[in-house]
Amino acid sequence: MEMRQVLAEELEKLMSENENIVVIDSDLSKPNGLANLKNKFPDRALDIGIAEQNMACVAAGMSSYGMIPFISTFTPFATRRICDQIAISGAYAKQNIKIIGTDPGISAEFNGGTHMSMEDIGVLRSIPEVVIFEPVDNIQLKKALPQIINYYGVVYIRTFRKATPDVFDDNSEFDLFKASKIKDGKDLTIFCSGIMVNETLIANKELKAKGIDAEIINIHTIKPIDKEAVIESALKTGAVLTVENHNMIGGLKSAVCEVLMEECLVPLRAIGVNDKFGEVGKMPYLKERYKMRAQDIVDKALEVISLKK
Amino acid sequence: MDLNIECNKIRKLILKTIGTLGVGHIGGSLSMVELLVVLYEKHMKIDPKNPKMMGRDRLIVSKGHSGPAVYSMLCSKGYFNEDWLLTLNQPGTNLPSHCDMNKTPGVDMTTGSLGQGFSCAMGIAKASKIKNDGATIYTIIGDGETQEGQIWEAAMFAAQHKLNNVIAFTDYNKLQLDGPISEICDIAPLDEKWRAFGWNVVVVDDGHNCDEIDAAINLAKRSDKPSMIILNTVKGKGISFAENAGVANHSMPITQEMMEQGLAELGGKE
Repeated sequence: MEMRQVLAEELEKLMSENENIVVIDSDLSKPNGLANLKNKFPDRALDIGIAEQNMACVAAGMSSYGMIPFISTFTPFATRRICDQIAISGAYAKQNIKIIGTDPGISAEFNGGTHMSMEDIGVLRSIPEVVIFEPVDNIQLKKALPQIINYYGVVYIRTFRKATPDVFDDNSEFDLFKASKIKDGKDLTIFCSGIMVNETLIANKELKAKGIDAEIINIHTIKPIDKEAVIESALKTGAVLTVENHNMIGGLKSAVCEVLMEECLVPLRAIGVNDKFGEVGKMPYLKERYKMRAQDIVDKALEVISLKK
Repeated sequence: MDLNIECNKIRKLILKTIGTLGVGHIGGSLSMVELLVVLYEKHMKIDPKNPKMMGRDRLIVSKGHSGPAVYSMLCSKGYFNEDWLLTLNQPGTNLPSHCDMNKTPGVDMTTGSLGQGFSCAMGIAKASKIKNDGATIYTIIGDGETQEGQIWEAAMFAAQHKLNNVIAFTDYNKLQLDGPISEICDIAPLDEKWRAFGWNVVVVDDGHNCDEIDAAINLAKRSDKPSMIILNTVKGKGISFAENAGVANHSMPITQEMMEQGLAELGGKE
């Protein structure tokens, strides 16, 4: 199932249970899979038109009236375009807004550089009190949404919208503010997020074949990052690789480095976009272009292990 | 109540608030005094003892730099004591330059980044419609603020959603920080713009005449569209040194001597 279908189904369920939930689109309700909500909840599912700044502040106003608004668009328009609105009318005013951004990083594919957010996490991470969550699969998204609704504040949901293989199962535990360990290991820790978790799992097969026992931890919530999980694993394995679908400046690498520099210095390498803009292409091409393939993960893992004392 | 006497009192409080600190946004505070007095004394359904009362009317002052005017009005209504006014912008104050809903009782939205408060007001009005609680949502924008694109995004939204529970005001004092609006990026003809965006427009020739403002609000309450009341005002109105400073009064230093002179001008009328 596509992630946008899961998003729509879960929101529909939650809107039935809680009459304060509102969903606001800005002319992308069809690509984001949320268009049918308007039929079910004509009052509480709105399409505000191509006016993201107004969307963010209308949401802030509704929040001040006790509602829980979700606003939805593509990642670049959900973040860098409305930075000030999120910062001031959202976080600074202490409002309860949930921001859905779809097509993060290279997953924007044929929409190209204009639509390819390489900096959305960095932009929002620098705004106080904004929670940043990036689900890996349908199961995680489904488990996260009720927790996001129960948490009062600005939460950014950075989500892929098409079908992606499940990493977690229905029985797996999920806590919005705790990292999810996928696999124990001892030779290095790979902290990974979003669509790059599956790429990491592909890489892990080759690492395993080479006799390397990697610990794999999914950082689904990049802010606030689960510091304890990062420190504990880095101390245990003594080497860290971060893997993300974002500019390495401001994203997961930065967040992990900020923790490790203060708490435990270990060798670190990173996979992600190396301070470049996006461009058109399908994901296999873009992964090659930005050195984000499973093979690149394997190479960097070996490199960082070689740096261990 | 004599509204003109109340206006005079609010002007004195504004002058004391800013004068005690020595600098502040006096021009745009003085230009909306009559509007605040008419709203709070004749129209708004509020309870100063219960600032977060459900279903109350709201006021979103999108031109958030006019905080000193808002605080003086709220103080006069009994939301807090007069000694608070003398803490404007002091460390730890509840009264910052720009309005903050989390600091000041009676402030309904945090504003200051221009254009945003107006949009928030439309969200509040939509939420009130969804909850069907009958509240009226008042909001004040600056004329310079009208240059923000977001104002017009929100204007289209309000017309589309038939938010006739919105009564908005433009404090049309013709000056922005850097100079006359007409010389920087003109917003005229303002009434025609709002009409074209689907709003009910009422123009008040003298935005310092309480009766005219009151009549305009009563007209707006009967509209099936969102209303924009354009108030022709004077930036710095009512205190000669501020009025005479013209464009320099957006935010200006005020010495002890100026404060005393201004209070003397306003004195005797209370």
